[in-house]
Amino acid sequence: MKKEHKPKLAIWKFSSCDGCQLSLLDCEDELLAVAEHIEIANFPEASRQVVKGPYDLSLVEGSITTPHDAERIHQVRRLSKVLVSIGACATAGGIQALRNFKDVREFTSIVYATPSYIETLNKSTPISDHVFVDFELRGCPINKVQLVEVLSAFLNHRKPATPTYSVCLECKRRGTVCGLITHGPPCLGPVTQAGCNALCPSYQRGCFGCFGPKETPNTSSLAEYWRTLGMKNLDLLHLFRSYNAYAESFRKESEAHEK
Amino acid sequence: MPNRSGKRVKLMKSRSIKVDYLARVEGEGGIHIKVQDKTVTDVRFDIFEPPRFFEAFLRGRHFTEAPDITARICGICPIAYQMSSIHAMESACGVSITGQLRALRRLIYCGEWIESHALHIYMLHAPDFLGYQDVLQMAKDHGDAVKKALKLKKIGNELVTLLGGREIHPINLRVGGFYHLPTKQELNALVERLKWARDAAVETVQLVATFNFPDFERDYEFVSLSHEKEYPFNEGRLVSSKGLNIPISEYENNFLEEHVSYSNALHSVRKGGGAYHVGPLARFNLNYDKLTPMAKEAATAVGLSLPLTNPFKSIVVRGVETVFACEEALRVIGEYELPEKPFVEVQPKAATGYGITEAPRGILYHRYRLNEKGLIMDAKIIPPTSQNQKTMELDLREFVPSRLGLTQDKLTWQCEQAIRNYDPCISCATHFIQLDIQ
Repeated sequence: MKKEHKPKLAIWKFSSCDGCQLSLLDCEDELLAVAEHIEIANFPEASRQVVKGPYDLSLVEGSITTPHDAERIHQVRRLSKVLVSIGACATAGGIQALRNFKDVREFTSIVYATPSYIETLNKSTPISDHVFVDFELRGCPINKVQLVEVLSAFLNHRKPATPTYSVCLECKRRGTVCGLITHGPPCLGPVTQAGCNALCPSYQRGCFGCFGPKETPNTSSLAEYWRTLGMKNLDLLHLFRSYNAYAESFRKESEAHEK
Repeated sequence: MPNRSGKRVKLMKSRSIKVDYLARVEGEGGIHIKVQDKTVTDVRFDIFEPPRFFEAFLRGRHFTEAPDITARICGICPIAYQMSSIHAMESACGVSITGQLRALRRLIYCGEWIESHALHIYMLHAPDFLGYQDVLQMAKDHGDAVKKALKLKKIGNELVTLLGGREIHPINLRVGGFYHLPTKQELNALVERLKWARDAAVETVQLVATFNFPDFERDYEFVSLSHEKEYPFNEGRLVSSKGLNIPISEYENNFLEEHVSYSNALHSVRKGGGAYHVGPLARFNLNYDKLTPMAKEAATAVGLSLPLTNPFKSIVVRGVETVFACEEALRVIGEYELPEKPFVEVQPKAATGYGITEAPRGILYHRYRLNEKGLIMDAKIIPPTSQNQKTMELDLREFVPSRLGLTQDKLTWQCEQAIRNYDPCISCATHFIQLDIQ
């Protein structure tokens, strides 16, 4: 029988909720087709079988939050020809990066009954702070259509077609009436990267930034304008400090409202 | 890297079974069992998933943010987190949601049960019973069953997506109701699919009931919600098979959490009692009479009867609950009329609120203390997996001794299978380390 070489895919988990890698299992219509073209070589959430590396493509979910993981990610990089980080945890440190704004050491010793049992770093950081990342797929969670696009792009040696413009463009394309105009703020759509197909506005709710900052976002202008409309500092701080809190432009904007 | 060598060691006196990275579960955990002279001397189900400190982040956030923030604890059962936090907030603020909005909450929970149970039955657990490493290998021999499973799972996800916006971390649930309501037509479009799903779920029960089940039973204390009229999702009292019957606000007076060194999650136990068991098996044993006729029939047809105390048969019960969830979804859709408003305004109060809902893998407890501005002062979250953790270890302690004749590889695999009976969600369990301020 002819032995065909299938590219080997590995999925790695760091600190996360598992939702982004679940997106692969949620590709109910595509999963079996994907498996025809790719060897799913290392995917502990789905299989107890581990095929040895190196791997042609690694998808990395989660952020780095422990000394052990800060070492492990280098091992993953060495085993991977192409490394793609997936989801807000892996690309920006995730919701657990809210710890980055506090002194965790002090905090742990006050709060924990037995802090010595817990090994944790002061900061939750994205994968790209530790190793070279070939591509970052945004979202909390990622969009599974974009995930299939990434798999297909790397299999065919091309760049994934994932836009870096704002959610506003997706709203316009869908024909959703602008909520910022009809209901008022907040809506992070103007400064958030597209990818969700402007989901929240289509459910009569403002965008809350799952896909992180778009390319060249003007967050301060947006926040300043909302302030003139009566939004309070604490609300602005919380708005920018959530699932992509440690992404640079959102981090700076939230810090600007910290008093 | 996993140690799964299949070497048989003859006449050994001490032996250890080790799974460094347990597969086919959500999150990072391992199993360590030590055996000395045919006696199990140590069993540890480790959770090494790093802590994420959710209860800390929640402090100072607005009460309306909790559903979206806590959803991020678990990508597998975000609805459970959203529902438990929402009910806790509403209980603090003295609001009770009734009528169609309440029914829609049951409907979205049906969606989560269908997709989560289908995922666990076929993709995570069935491969153990049939001897495959994973579902893709299983698909080579059982292609039709796997295709059916994927479709069933997809229909659950479609329900979640329609009501929640997307299947992972839905965006449409809020304290007081929803942001946007589905129309009757949108829901009706799912009716035929749900009927197919219901039949597929009945076939699932028939299929998994033919599996070989290890002869293993234990005298568990089952704990679940119990509602006077319904199989429980969001509301009810907390009851157990050993006579517990309390309002959910009494949870912390009846259950304790223990911190153990090897785990990043807490073990829960009954005060003055011991380990307990939450999840499908507990719900089934405690709420059997509230199941829909078809679900009951599916259960009796394959010989399930009460009490059901073989944890390996939880896979069959997940099938029965999937039949129930499809029927319940069809009922809610049939009775649906578009409410006037998608949500009820909720004004914050300085108060403490409690929520327990039935995640696919068991009860999920939330408690929040709010100030008068609606900011969270203190939060406590106890997920089902940490409640089951002690029971999982005790299962292994009893399960292993009579199977020491098996090869290392086989025994290791069976131990993994025994843990997967609980559909453990390790990502969830680990985030709840001790945030009790001293």
